[in-house]
Amino acid sequence: MQPVGALDLLLSADANLIAIVRLSLAVTLSATFFAALLGMPLGAFVALVRFPGREALIVILNAFMGLPPVVVGLCVFLLLSRSGPLGELGLLFTPTAMVIAQTLLIAPIVAALTRQVIEDLWAEYHDEFTAMRVGPLARVAALLWDARFSLVTILLAGFGRAAAEVGAVIIVGGNIAGFTRVMTTTIALETSKGDLGLAVGLGLVLMVLIMTVNALAWGVRRWSEKHAG
Amino acid sequence: MRDRPSELPIRFDAIDYRVGRIAILRGITLDICPGEPMLLLGPNGSGKTTLLKVAMELLTPSAGRLSFAGRSKGVGSRRAIVFQKPVMLRRSVAANVSFALGAAGRSAEPALVKHLLDQVGLAGFERRPARRLSGGEQQRLALARALACDPEVLFLDEPTASLDPAGTKGVEDIIVGVARAGVKIVMSTHDLGQARRLGGEVVFLVAGCIVERGTSPKFFVSPSTDEARRFLAGELVI
Repeated sequence: MQPVGALDLLLSADANLIAIVRLSLAVTLSATFFAALLGMPLGAFVALVRFPGREALIVILNAFMGLPPVVVGLCVFLLLSRSGPLGELGLLFTPTAMVIAQTLLIAPIVAALTRQVIEDLWAEYHDEFTAMRVGPLARVAALLWDARFSLVTILLAGFGRAAAEVGAVIIVGGNIAGFTRVMTTTIALETSKGDLGLAVGLGLVLMVLIMTVNALAWGVRRWSEKHAG
Repeated sequence: MRDRPSELPIRFDAIDYRVGRIAILRGITLDICPGEPMLLLGPNGSGKTTLLKVAMELLTPSAGRLSFAGRSKGVGSRRAIVFQKPVMLRRSVAANVSFALGAAGRSAEPALVKHLLDQVGLAGFERRPARRLSGGEQQRLALARALACDPEVLFLDEPTASLDPAGTKGVEDIIVGVARAGVKIVMSTHDLGQARRLGGEVVFLVAGCIVERGTSPKFFVSPSTDEARRFLAGELVI
């Protein structure tokens, strides 16, 4: 009976379900945007600049790709809680806190993968760019541009990771109905309550979203191979 | 563009280049002056590519003195190189040329891009993805990129090594045209037929040393060293 109830919710565009999906997308897209702002320049910097501790930073970035969401949630909770260093901002149990947690979760993924992509491309372009005497800024711009399709794929991977995440957002968001309740936290809550209609409906939406993101990533790669080599 | 200072002659004075304890170039003394093409001949591993990279300042000599028109550092913008396997940027043919023009400080006007592509026989290829060109077409695009800086000396590292006869002829025709326009060509090859066709001056290298140097007719008709005679006879020279 539950799948039928889920379909009813989806087909009737249930207001509660739509609000949850909308908030989920807002939080995840914002986190992906900020992770790109942080992670891509950091990844490009580590790829192109030699400095003391670079190898250690690469190891840390790679390790942080597998950060447990609950640990990130806990760290952000401690930062934002009333007695924490940023407690005065009053951000705990708000969508902003969820964006911060998801940004911290996926920024290392974006940075580590960007570093790898840019470093590989730089190894390929090094002699040509050096012979052409391409300046440092033009070099970075050209590498980022030529890696654009791979970078889009990285962002989609980050988006997928954030969209499917539950541990961090439930800790820092509090799963407050109508305010910080997103798809994954709602699925967890409704399943524990035994109300599987909404949980299955949101699960379907989440799956469609993840499939769409992956299809987009695949499409971007195919298009780039065909049109940009 | 022609008001930039000349970098010729490029003078190698007892240049060594080593990687660890292995000597790739040993005591190279050579002047690259304006004029006829210079062909670097020699077996694989003789140091031809390394010599070109040193001349481009992509590699720093381990010993000896390198100078450009008497200066210890090159101005750089009047030297260009085409590698044996050039790397195409992940963009269109026209965008590859535009990028090279920009890197050389020139305006990437469509007319100039078209002129350069015409020069290498790639007119009509502007919108094609560069990486999807054939080997010969990629090599011609690399030549267009190299010409984008309006060079006075063009280094070519076995540019036809992986091309079929038709592709080779296409590239050789461009090289001859560029040389006639007054650009100094310095090209490495181990293709004796190609060296005969392009003529000019031959510099024969073995194991990082210049073994013989002379005009193309003299080198091919009456080589003065045993290594050159054996190389021309098709024997393995190591």
